[in-house]
Amino acid sequence: MRPLRRRPCLSVTLAAVLLGALVVLAAPAARAASYKVTLIVPDDDPRLERSRSERAYLGHPTGAAADALALALDDAGFELEAAGAQLALETVRVADAQAARSAAEKAQKAGAAALLTDLDAAGTLAVADAVKLPVLNLGDAADRLREQDCRTTLFHLLPSERMRADALAQTLVSRKWTQVLLLTGPSPADAMRGAAAAAALKRYALKLVASRPFKLSADPRERDLANPLLLTGNASYDVVWVVDSDGEFGRALPYRTALPRPVVGDGGLVALAFHASFERFGAPQLVRRFAKATGRAMTAHDWAAWMAGKALVGAAVAAPKGPLNAFHKALAEARLDGYKGVVMSFRSWDGQLRQPLMLGDGQGVLALAPVDGILHPRNALDTLGADGPEKLCKARS
Amino acid sequence: MRFKLHLHVALLLAAALAVAAPHARAQGAGVAYVSSEKDHTLTMIDLKTLAVTGTLATCKRPRHLQIAPDGKRMLVACAESNAADVVDLATRKSVGRVPLGDDPEAFDFSADGKTLYVSAEDDGELLMLDAATGKKLRAVKVGKEPEGVKTSLDGKLVYVSSEVASLVHVIDTASGKVLKNIAVGKRPRRFAITPDGAQLWVTNELGASVSVISTRDHSVIDTIQLSLKGARTEDITPVGVTISRDGKRAYVAMGRANHVAFIDVASRKVTDTVLVGKRAWNLALNQAQTQLWVVNGLSDDLTVIDIAAAKAVKSVPVGRVPYGVVLVE
Repeated sequence: MRPLRRRPCLSVTLAAVLLGALVVLAAPAARAASYKVTLIVPDDDPRLERSRSERAYLGHPTGAAADALALALDDAGFELEAAGAQLALETVRVADAQAARSAAEKAQKAGAAALLTDLDAAGTLAVADAVKLPVLNLGDAADRLREQDCRTTLFHLLPSERMRADALAQTLVSRKWTQVLLLTGPSPADAMRGAAAAAALKRYALKLVASRPFKLSADPRERDLANPLLLTGNASYDVVWVVDSDGEFGRALPYRTALPRPVVGDGGLVALAFHASFERFGAPQLVRRFAKATGRAMTAHDWAAWMAGKALVGAAVAAPKGPLNAFHKALAEARLDGYKGVVMSFRSWDGQLRQPLMLGDGQGVLALAPVDGILHPRNALDTLGADGPEKLCKARS
Repeated sequence: MRFKLHLHVALLLAAALAVAAPHARAQGAGVAYVSSEKDHTLTMIDLKTLAVTGTLATCKRPRHLQIAPDGKRMLVACAESNAADVVDLATRKSVGRVPLGDDPEAFDFSADGKTLYVSAEDDGELLMLDAATGKKLRAVKVGKEPEGVKTSLDGKLVYVSSEVASLVHVIDTASGKVLKNIAVGKRPRRFAITPDGAQLWVTNELGASVSVISTRDHSVIDTIQLSLKGARTEDITPVGVTISRDGKRAYVAMGRANHVAFIDVASRKVTDTVLVGKRAWNLALNQAQTQLWVVNGLSDDLTVIDIAAAKAVKSVPVGRVPYGVVLVE
């Protein structure tokens, strides 16, 4: 027993000495806070395999999240310097959720001010549960992160699946294309996103004339599931809404439907956080800067990562001398300019960044949502996605 | 003998012109020029009839336009030509180009008219250029996407707004040093200086506000929050601003709120709001201070407001995505 009791004493002393050293070290730095942020990304990201990223399916990433983050910090060099603040970004690659958890713990110990994740929902949750720091989710649109599995420390830059489905449904309402044929793919993500699409149709009183499963296949025995003509035949509709998380089937569906009707969803017209062809609100300058720095076109995922950088810069400028909780408060209350013409902020009820969405076909931006005439008692942006009174995130309500 | 005679005639003519100048209209006057970003043209509007009289081909993606201090030429900054078009106001013809650096947005002249200050959006720089040749004299690093540029009345300072950094940079024109960065509202855009030089007004596009800066110590002395009955704050996106010659009134285009606000400079209160076209953008006053001309970026037209009645008189269709207007009287 005795030796065991001595040990803590020693470590306490050691800790006190270390703490003293830290105080001495920290004193001069207290004038200009230097914030460290850590981005946690998958080690071997299947989304970024060349065969996928070259296809550049709308709504899919085509490059590393770190690219746009670095640009945002670089853009803000002058602003940070003027405020006397510093912001340093570190990127850590992890193999799985367990590794993500360890990386998060390590970053917190090393004094990180905030974490960013470009992981799947499980990975982001592992990170959020491992630390007390704010976690900015850059790359996962799953509704469960904003609803039943939400956290008080989680913030989402990318629009949720429900926001994208609402944006598309509003656009169909504005076009008076009310009769919808829904085609849903075979993956679990498709099932989840298909449900979000069906809920949006219901919310906007659009008629689901039929819901059919599809499968990407060349097998003649499966042609009922794979042939666009058969899948879209024998029904009357204004529009085909395809839910295809993979992307290959959806891309090839337009112009191959039995009736000459438009395709929306994951092919044809797609709801996006951003598209490089957007012409208004200074967006071309951002797109040009990003292309100059990375050699590729800015995608919705890049925009979300860049926005996270802007949010962190804003917090650092608001609390240039610390303390850390002032930085965290400024982050949660951020009012951001994201080149979409309106000020955007995080919803208090689920940490989601409220934002307009772009409806594009890959060649241009054809519409914006929320559409004109769809109203909300406080902010029209809150017609997209989960609204406060629904109280879907218990942790925050 | 002959030479002498000529000289006499010339002197007589000069005297006649000098007498006539304040009264008679100079050649080429009586027209408004409106730049349109997507047409590469300037639309000309007759000041009396308010009718479009023609277009003038110019450089690519013309945006900010301003009359040079000599009153004879107008410069039109073109983002895609990386140059300014020089328009001779008497003949209404393009007479030359001045290189302006990459992607120029807005500019202003030095007090003597010899130097141009240009915001170079992509590089995040304020360029100081020779106004005649476009030769780069100096580049001052500022925040990303500098926008509005305004020379102080004494010419010693130039103010530049940075959209990304939400700052107004105060730059010494002689040394090119940034003397101060003034934190203002979100996405600061355009400037106006009161005629006594005491106040600098800057519009904050995403702050739905106007910051009033004292030019003595460069501190923000007030922020005028704009509001409009029936409009949400997010829809009030002010850009263009100008102040009347008597210094009593400021006019602010409220962007997507589709109105112009009349603001009493002394009390800093909005006295009137006038409905114009979509996304009221930049604006200009006529000499008599009786009309306000407002460019509407999203409805491809321009609205002329009768100031005394605080009412729109006429909307004139112009080119695609109009940006700015200059009146030549």
